[in-house]
Amino acid sequence: MRIILHVWRQKNASEPGRMVRYEVNNVNPHMSFLEMLDVLNEELVQQGEDPIAFDHDCREGICGMCGFMINGRAHGPEPGTTVCQLHMRHFRDGDELWLEPFRARAFPLIRDLVVNRSAFDRLIAAGGYISVNAGSAPDANAIPVPKQAAEKAMDAAACIGCGACVAQCPNASAALFLGAKISHLGLLPQGQPERYQRVLKMVSQAALEGFGHCTNAGECEAVCPKRIKLEVIARMNRDYLVAAVKHLGVKEAVEAGVG
Amino acid sequence: MSAAIITKVDERIAFYEVPAGKKAIVAVTGLVLIGYVVAHMLGNLQIFLGRERINAYAELLHSSGPLLWAARLVLLVAVGLHIVFTVQLWLAKRRARPVRYLKKVDVPSAYAARTMILSGPLIAAFVIFHVLHLTTGQAGLPFEPLNVYDNVVRGFRIWYVSLAYMVAVSLVGVHVWHGLWSMLHTLGLDDERYRPTLERISHAVGLLTALGYLSIPVAVLTGLIGGGVN
Repeated sequence: MRIILHVWRQKNASEPGRMVRYEVNNVNPHMSFLEMLDVLNEELVQQGEDPIAFDHDCREGICGMCGFMINGRAHGPEPGTTVCQLHMRHFRDGDELWLEPFRARAFPLIRDLVVNRSAFDRLIAAGGYISVNAGSAPDANAIPVPKQAAEKAMDAAACIGCGACVAQCPNASAALFLGAKISHLGLLPQGQPERYQRVLKMVSQAALEGFGHCTNAGECEAVCPKRIKLEVIARMNRDYLVAAVKHLGVKEAVEAGVG
Repeated sequence: MSAAIITKVDERIAFYEVPAGKKAIVAVTGLVLIGYVVAHMLGNLQIFLGRERINAYAELLHSSGPLLWAARLVLLVAVGLHIVFTVQLWLAKRRARPVRYLKKVDVPSAYAARTMILSGPLIAAFVIFHVLHLTTGQAGLPFEPLNVYDNVVRGFRIWYVSLAYMVAVSLVGVHVWHGLWSMLHTLGLDDERYRPTLERISHAVGLLTALGYLSIPVAVLTGLIGGGVN
């Protein structure tokens, strides 16, 4: 196979970037997209050029490290797939592909297709955890969890934090990521004590990071490699509204000397 | 560096300063406005029951004095908040992606969702014209106080008045098409199980509202109503 690539090349955040055209010949259809880039990079190195920088780690679709835009879609054209698990057989000989980094103010560019997604770490640090001494693993079923809650929490926990939702969102909103974390923890008994503090802290942090708002356009859901559902956003909104009302109550009680 | 940013987190960031809070305000005011749009449409359809009926309805509304003004105040506040917060969100959204994509596919192509910011101002502009035309009579079009039937018929016989009205009510339909479901989602009333139903209801309300409003200029232009008006 022969693939024509237009890749965003940018040395660092302060220098301007541009699209550069590359031709990759002898692409094996069984290669993953990243393997195809590896082949191109080897050629570039041999020619004395800088290889294309892209993030990757596990290359089996579970770590959330890889990800860029292929022809205007985060992780490329295949639904429910990370770019490392996207194989070249899904493309046709002679296809022309445009590769761009994830774009958002909260994801500053580092180099080429690599962006800094530390904002997600700060969202998690703001409240995406459960503050208990973990100890050894509890016995199975020691804490009963309703089947429905377990299923939904598990679906939300599938989020790998790759940032495709932010990249695809017309508003660069982190709502799907936040919703996934808040649903994952908020549905389980272990997550109940901090449920409302968590949503207030995480939603506030997202506002500070400069993510946009959710307009319920549904683009995040369409490109999510883990198929996180839009309903997690509704759940987050619900918890946020309850938390805001509860918080008002608490604040007023404290001010009145009750608390 | 990250620790410094985390210490800035304060869950007491006011409700109206957070996108989710702003959206909740837009949603609640949107619900008030959808309620009004549907009620106003049902009230207007009385024009098909004849001049006496619709004019009596107008008189009833105008004779309710303080109640009418209370309703107008609620609507004005709702419209004001709806516009202020959507503009704030729109400006924030523009800041959220300073470098735009060279190529971008809109998946799925949620036309109504992404044109809310366009249909909104157009509807607002129309509402001003509409109030000047049929409430205060200052639009330079035929107007007699409390003679709704004749005012509407004479107005809609002018092709560009009908056209503006038909475009505007179609935009209202598009706005509600996405707006009703989106509002429920923003307020947290959504779940995978009943999302298709909620979306269908939202689309149906948008469509029926637009059709209800469209029926009036169509009836005037085809001569179905207003035969005795010159």
